[in-house]
Amino acid sequence: MEIAVAALTGLYFAVSIYLMLSRHIIRILLGTVTLSTGANLTIFAMGRITREVPPIIPSGLYLPAEGAANALPQALVLTAIVIAFSLFAFLLVLVMRSYQELGTDDTYAMRDAEPEGEPLPPLGY
Amino acid sequence: MDLTFLAFFAPFIAAVFAPFLVRIAGHNAAWILAVVPALIFVHFAGFLPDVAEGGRVTGGVQWIPSFNVNFSWLIDGLSLTFALLISGIGTLIVLYAGGYMKGHPQQGRFLCFILMFMGAMQGLVLSDSFFMFFVFWELTSITSFLLIGFNHNAERSRRAAMQALVVTGGGGLILLAGLIFLWNMTGVSEFSLLLGTGDLVRESPFYLAALILVLGGAFTKSAQFPLHFWLPNAMEAPTPVSAYLHSATMVKAGVYLVMRLNPVLGETVAWETILPLFGGATLLVGTFLAVRQTDLKLMLAYTTVASLGLLVMLTGFGTEKAIEGAVLYLVAHSLFKGALFMVAGNVDHEAGTRDVTKLGGLLAAMPITFGAAILSAFSMAGLPPFVGFLAKEEIYYGIAASDPWSIFITAVAIVGNALMLVIGFAVAVKPFLGPKVETPKSAHEAPLLMYAGPVLLAALSLAAALWSGLFHQFISSPMASAVAGVPLEITISIIPKPGLALTLSIVTIALGVVLYFGLARLRAAMAATLEAIGWGPDLGFDQFIRGLVRLSVVLTRSLQNGRMEFYMTATFVLLALWLFRTMFVADEWPAMPAFPVLSIYEWVTVAIIAIGLIAVVRAKNRLTAIVSLGIQGFAVAILFMLMGAPDLSFTQFMVETLTVVILALAMTRLRLSPQDHRSAGQTVLDGAVAIACGVALTFILLQILQTPFDRTLTDFFNLYSYSLAQGRNIVNVILVDFRGVDTFGEIGVVMVAGLAILALLRIVPKRSLGSAPAPRVPEAEPVAVGKE
Repeated sequence: MEIAVAALTGLYFAVSIYLMLSRHIIRILLGTVTLSTGANLTIFAMGRITREVPPIIPSGLYLPAEGAANALPQALVLTAIVIAFSLFAFLLVLVMRSYQELGTDDTYAMRDAEPEGEPLPPLGY
Repeated sequence: MDLTFLAFFAPFIAAVFAPFLVRIAGHNAAWILAVVPALIFVHFAGFLPDVAEGGRVTGGVQWIPSFNVNFSWLIDGLSLTFALLISGIGTLIVLYAGGYMKGHPQQGRFLCFILMFMGAMQGLVLSDSFFMFFVFWELTSITSFLLIGFNHNAERSRRAAMQALVVTGGGGLILLAGLIFLWNMTGVSEFSLLLGTGDLVRESPFYLAALILVLGGAFTKSAQFPLHFWLPNAMEAPTPVSAYLHSATMVKAGVYLVMRLNPVLGETVAWETILPLFGGATLLVGTFLAVRQTDLKLMLAYTTVASLGLLVMLTGFGTEKAIEGAVLYLVAHSLFKGALFMVAGNVDHEAGTRDVTKLGGLLAAMPITFGAAILSAFSMAGLPPFVGFLAKEEIYYGIAASDPWSIFITAVAIVGNALMLVIGFAVAVKPFLGPKVETPKSAHEAPLLMYAGPVLLAALSLAAALWSGLFHQFISSPMASAVAGVPLEITISIIPKPGLALTLSIVTIALGVVLYFGLARLRAAMAATLEAIGWGPDLGFDQFIRGLVRLSVVLTRSLQNGRMEFYMTATFVLLALWLFRTMFVADEWPAMPAFPVLSIYEWVTVAIIAIGLIAVVRAKNRLTAIVSLGIQGFAVAILFMLMGAPDLSFTQFMVETLTVVILALAMTRLRLSPQDHRSAGQTVLDGAVAIACGVALTFILLQILQTPFDRTLTDFFNLYSYSLAQGRNIVNVILVDFRGVDTFGEIGVVMVAGLAILALLRIVPKRSLGSAPAPRVPEAEPVAVGKE
């Protein structure tokens, strides 16, 4: 199971990076979404994968059943999903606003901070 | 508290109070402030008897014990003489500045800078530790930057200040490298200990590297040709600065360093070739350029360059007498050059110009200043009965011999000294004697504050020669001994002894007198020569700075070209390279994993994820992209469920639903195409980078999975989830209990993101206010859809 997930994360990272290398911010945004899913799967796989038995202590017992899933990566990934969603929402609004303001989603055309053909700095003292 | 320790900081403390004192007492604050250097002078004078007997005083406090760095000082003949010159002349300069800058709105600031410089310079010569020495060395560069650029409204001042800082500060960094070399070679970082390691250093394979680096620092600070150009430009500073920094103190820091390290680095072929060559060249260039000038300060500045060259040449010549000559000349030069600069300042201040061709006949108006000037000029010319005469005799004793090298150096010295005589008299005689010339201001004698300094220094030039026995006993012999590393006794007095040295002196004086009367023609000839050459290092500095600015512009614009794609590509290429490099260097590749055994529904889920992902990349329109994104997200939720993580699965479902809905809402508002339009080459390149990163990260995960798993934390949470935290869902217990603060932080992130989104949405676009200069493409217009 871990091997399959590991291969899957490789695909996730490759796809995300390919999307993020685009010139268009909307694709970069899609890349960040898949990137966080890939990262979540990586964390999950690192904690080793078991099947179907959730980390829950049955009533009347003090310990989970033998072979229950590892709870720690689940807790970490749960936090990560929520934070990734916050980031996604923020980036999406940023993309929308910048599109409204700049009229483009092409990063080549966004040159307000580094305008092309800027004059040389003064050469005097 | 140790008074020496206090003396290190006293000038800085005085500097802090200077502006306030000037505000209260006006220019008379100089009288109060001068007490500080005067007391320092008295304190250090107390070491004279000890040091005269060959004693060496060291002391200090621990500074950074873990690195064995101490705040330590070394007082021997060399550093004591320098300390006395710095505090003694410093006292006079503070008084002089009180008169010279009287009524200047920034007089307080000026005195503050001067005192800070004094503290830095004094620290430099007294430091025993390399690190202190370096800190003070750079501090003199910085304070001199402030002083040279004092008239910061003038571009010439700013340029001169910048130039001095670049040259001397840069030299300081080279010096630091040299000191670190010495430290590594010997294992000691204090001069007092270094002095005993001369043989070790000279035999080291790194000797030449250390030597060149140290000299790089010394030559920049002491304005050796071809890096001399900053010193004359520094004459933009007010005259008290020139009289103090550029005659007696700062520019001698390089000479001090060379003298200090003579016992360690000296007596080698490299030392005895490099120093005389550079020093001799500087001596000649300095004097010839001085002849060219008509500005009193510039004439003096170029002779200062020449004198520094002479000192370096003598220190490197290698005979004991040459070192004695250097020591005597150093003291003599500090006295007469300080005085002459102040004289030039007086003439400028009272007559309104310092152009020597526009001055004449000031004797009647300024008799006291003239007296100081003529005495100092005698010393500068090397005439008896002044200390300059002693120095010159000793120099000729030291360098005159019959081998070709000595004859060459002696010839250089004769020409240099003769030209110095010419300049000395041109500065001291020409403005005062002869017919009276109309000057911009009607001249009268300078006030007491301004003639006290030159008169006292001129008198000292005389006294040191008249009582040469005492002078040698307490000042020059201990200093020469410290420079040579062996006890030396200087015996020269003003009674001339017939011999080769005297003959050479007479030749020098005769040559000087002849040249003095041909000064006008000499000046014209020099001007013509320089015009023919055209280019000089001063111009070269401008070209260097411009080149630097252009280079940095090109570099910045190519590295920060404003193209996000470029930054991203660079980042990921480096990431891939670094990940593979680590695996490659350590030769740690994951073992070939066994083929996974999955049930059919697990295979289906994995396949759906993979298809969804590929569909996102290949989607032809935005709806397909969004749907594909949703498919992979929901499939991941199912995968979580299959792997025993119902909480994750549930959260993933929620989040994925929201993502798709929001994205669909937003994307339909934007007229965008998620369709990628990269060129074929771009696609291959980006794909290669992406695949390389993906493979590398997979390899790392596989490697992690192939290491044994540490269950400590898992067992901890399993064990205590119910028994301590009373929860049966371990994931929930971890989130809200064991790692509750993390979850709190997570909520904080969500809240901040929400607030930021709110703020972004509520900002009113500029153009709707109608104030934006050029309205951008309006929202409704079809925008660059699929155009690339």
